[in-house]
Amino acid sequence: MGFSEADIGAILLTLRLATTVTILLLLFGAPLAWWLARTSSRFKGPIGALIALPLVLPPTVLGFYLLLALGPNGPIGQLTQSLGLGTFAFSYSGLVIGSIFYSLPFVVQPLQNAFDAVGDRPLEVAATLGAGPVDRFFSIALPLAKPGFFTAAVLGFAHTVGEFGVVLMIGGNIPGETRVVSVQIYDHVEALAYDQANQLALLMVVFSFLVLLSVYGMQKKSHRQVLRFSQ
Amino acid sequence: MFMDYKKFSRRVLCLALLMPVSTVAAELTVAVASNFTAPANHLAEEFEAQSEHQVRLVFGSSGRFFAQISNGAPFDLFFSADQEKPQELIENGLAIDDSLFTYALGGLVLWSRDEQLIQSSPAVLSSNQFRRLSIANARHAPYGIAAEEVLNNLNLLANLQSKLVRGENIAQTFQFVFTGNAELGFVAKSQVYQDDILISGSAWQVTEDLYSPIRQDAVLLQRASTNDAALAFLAFVRSSRGRSIIGSYGYVVGD
Repeated sequence: MGFSEADIGAILLTLRLATTVTILLLLFGAPLAWWLARTSSRFKGPIGALIALPLVLPPTVLGFYLLLALGPNGPIGQLTQSLGLGTFAFSYSGLVIGSIFYSLPFVVQPLQNAFDAVGDRPLEVAATLGAGPVDRFFSIALPLAKPGFFTAAVLGFAHTVGEFGVVLMIGGNIPGETRVVSVQIYDHVEALAYDQANQLALLMVVFSFLVLLSVYGMQKKSHRQVLRFSQ
Repeated sequence: MFMDYKKFSRRVLCLALLMPVSTVAAELTVAVASNFTAPANHLAEEFEAQSEHQVRLVFGSSGRFFAQISNGAPFDLFFSADQEKPQELIENGLAIDDSLFTYALGGLVLWSRDEQLIQSSPAVLSSNQFRRLSIANARHAPYGIAAEEVLNNLNLLANLQSKLVRGENIAQTFQFVFTGNAELGFVAKSQVYQDDILISGSAWQVTEDLYSPIRQDAVLLQRASTNDAALAFLAFVRSSRGRSIIGSYGYVVGD
């Protein structure tokens, strides 16, 4: 018993990927969620729906289109090639891009809910006291939406850890670069190494349970719904 | 609630008309290794045309099928990409010993979509003309084991290690090359050749002295031991017509 070197490599890679993706998603997701929560633009519906797509689409759809898009003839592939970066499939950067799409709703939606819950009142009061829009965002909205950030970070992280279909499609199973835990488990099963598969799978179950426990604990405190499936 | 007799008899008649003419028609489900997709479709089509039976084909990796069959999956026949898994199913009492046979020997091909890249030789492998070489995962895919064997025999495995991307099965290995994400890859001959003619791109048919034969075995599963449809399909696959279909997809058919 005990994890092999390859297993540990996969675990470390998964943690690194999830951390990178969570940080990037919080940075990009916060302004997006803020806009969605405040706007009355007619684009609110379509953009909200676009962001929620990964909730309902099979990861294979996302993975397949990413593989085509990242390829030398795809739009992203053309762009990265013209920038002299080559193509991104089968690379860590490619996985980061894929995971950002895949986990986007899990970060944006809790943030949007949190910003919604802040309401107009505190922001209007701040405005009458002379606070500009940027100041209002950083001094009022952000601190009040803090529980939302916690939930968004935990869900985004956990969802990226649980990613499989997308990685399988665009990963190429490279140790230390794209071979994450879920793929490693799949490989163990394929190679009939059920004991090793079992160990890693059990680790995932325990991890996922603890993550959800912490989110529900948080939710109970703030009496707020975390994920939304409609506007 | 009673319906009147006339109505009832009319319904019985309708039902009778819907029944198939022959009563021996049966359905069988076949688990097929993904490299054998095209010939299996062809075989099933001709078999259905000449018999009353219906064939349902399920494609996937042999390792996954092995796990599923071990856990009670409702398959009647298993066309594996290797010899070990059917053998192990027999040892576990899940498949029938005397039904085991080698239905095909797979051919390995180095293939690219680029018509200029491969000059019917392995020369390109020691050039700098590509970033990614796609092979099947050698941990469990027979075509991956063969590909690594070839690279090893050419003394290129260590040098190319950083360029290798691994497909979970030969279908995905092909997909990586087909979408251009890998410039070339070791795929199954059946995926890129039809009647011994290269369908597109450029290729090198790996010479047989560079890898051990990829023997693919099929076996009748225990639950289908008395399934006429399954036995009839096996007989068709082994018939001269069946063998010529398999051969036309680039496989060598043994005896």
